[in-house]
Amino acid sequence: MTSTLTISHLTKRFAGVEALRDVSLTVEPGQRVALLGHNGAGKSTMMKIILGLIPFDEGTVTVCGASPGSAAARAQVAYLPENAAFHPALTGEEQIRHYLSLRGESPAQALDLLARVGLADALRRRIGTYSKGMRQRVGLAQALIGKPRLLVLDEPTSGLDPVSRRDFYALLDDLAAGGTAILLSSHALTEVEARTDRILILAAGRLRAEGTLSDLRRSAALPVAISVAPAPGQKAALAAALPMARANGDGRLHLDCPQDDKLALLARITGLPQVADLEVIPPSLEDIYSHFSQRDGQ
Amino acid sequence: MNRIWSTAAVEFRIAMRNRWVAIAVLLMVVFALVLAAAGAAPTGDIGADRLSVIVASLTSLAVYLVPLIALLMSFDAIAGEVERGTLPLLLTYPVSRAQVLAGKLLAHLAILTLAVCAGYGAAAAAAFWMDPASAAGLPALLRLVASSVLLGATFLGAGYALSALARRPSGAAGLAVGLWLGAVVLYDLVLLALVVSDGGGALTTQALPVALLANPADAFRLFNLAAAGASAAAGGMGGAASAIPLWQSALSVALWPLLALGLAIAAFRKVTP
Repeated sequence: MTSTLTISHLTKRFAGVEALRDVSLTVEPGQRVALLGHNGAGKSTMMKIILGLIPFDEGTVTVCGASPGSAAARAQVAYLPENAAFHPALTGEEQIRHYLSLRGESPAQALDLLARVGLADALRRRIGTYSKGMRQRVGLAQALIGKPRLLVLDEPTSGLDPVSRRDFYALLDDLAAGGTAILLSSHALTEVEARTDRILILAAGRLRAEGTLSDLRRSAALPVAISVAPAPGQKAALAAALPMARANGDGRLHLDCPQDDKLALLARITGLPQVADLEVIPPSLEDIYSHFSQRDGQ
Repeated sequence: MNRIWSTAAVEFRIAMRNRWVAIAVLLMVVFALVLAAAGAAPTGDIGADRLSVIVASLTSLAVYLVPLIALLMSFDAIAGEVERGTLPLLLTYPVSRAQVLAGKLLAHLAILTLAVCAGYGAAAAAAFWMDPASAAGLPALLRLVASSVLLGATFLGAGYALSALARRPSGAAGLAVGLWLGAVVLYDLVLLALVVSDGGGALTTQALPVALLANPADAFRLFNLAAAGASAAAGGMGGAASAIPLWQSALSVALWPLLALGLAIAAFRKVTP
């Protein structure tokens, strides 16, 4: 199957400063890909290039078999901007009916679309009276129009509460099951971990890491933390048996060890008679994200 | 075409809710009625029917008011979308920039036509009420309506172009006011000063007609005055109007909207969201 989105050796400069440098990636049909990075890492720039809103300097970008921004590409790509904005004088229904017409679809689908994003009660109110989360839902509703082949979502869940967020990802799962490729950006790895198939980490315009969460975990090779609780009265003996451990005020002993030594160390600890309990704490998602996004002395 | 209609419908609805429709109609009606009342006194001397006289007065009014209303409606068209942040999303839709502008133009032109018809219609009704012989002035009134709409289209296009160039509503508003002052007020003053200092030389006979035709507002005035043969009622530029063939001013009035829209599309294409 051909890729929905192919980017190779993409470079974009703003007034001599490289916003994106030699970025290559592909997104396959039905794949949910998360694009992570700090503010200014190049996420929005990359999305605008994919959408054909801004030109780029080097490399090639192919969207649904066409060049970005061409009529063929625009007909198959939907976009949800960060902080989706609409004319405040229009109602949600009027706005969505207009977007349906622009995509050549029947305006009658507006009610159904707004119901799918949970705005059925507010569709006749002006968007000027909507909350940020409601505007974001209008944005999501317009992105669902006409079964797009590629969905580009710029920080789509930033204004949503946790329940809405879950509903939102459920909608994305439906779309992906139908073959839509999804590229979404986010600040937080914790949010996208369970909801995406692949993660891309962008920092200072370069692609730092790419893969599933377990791929990233493995290649980051961050140390695993182990916390050991001594049996009653055995703390001193245990500390003597594990000289590399640190004692904190909580009465437990703490160790860090590389991924590869984890099993051997665990076997050794569980073999000690002074141990009452132990906990293995894998590196957190935030640790992994920091590891990739802050390399090169940033 | 569907996309243009949908854009036009949305823009018209927005203009209704922002009271632009009401403001434009009210402005035209009030000014037209004031002119109809004020212009009522001197008709007997000229020997024309009352409507023809009112059309001449309305022409002088429209030269100022129609460009003003057109610029007020159009300066926000693109800069406003940029400021609200709605432009990037719109441009990812399968709709061309020319189609977006065409939709906006259709809506704004409909509002302008509504305002012009309401204003001139009110003045014409007043004329018929005072002088039953006013039917003789009807062709002049229809010409005035058609050319007013074209004049409006010219300044709508110019307003879109300025809106795209400025990219911020405040900047676009300033440019629009500048254009109105320059094209409608100062241009004629400068020409008048030149004619006076030239004293009937080559400048007056050669350059003045070209200069008048090059300005859409002046071409509009020439066209209506020459066509109605009512130069005497308008005075001022009347002498110049009789020297320029009707087809030339008609051509200028008809070509300016196309030129202004071409400029608007070119300027809009240069906007990077």
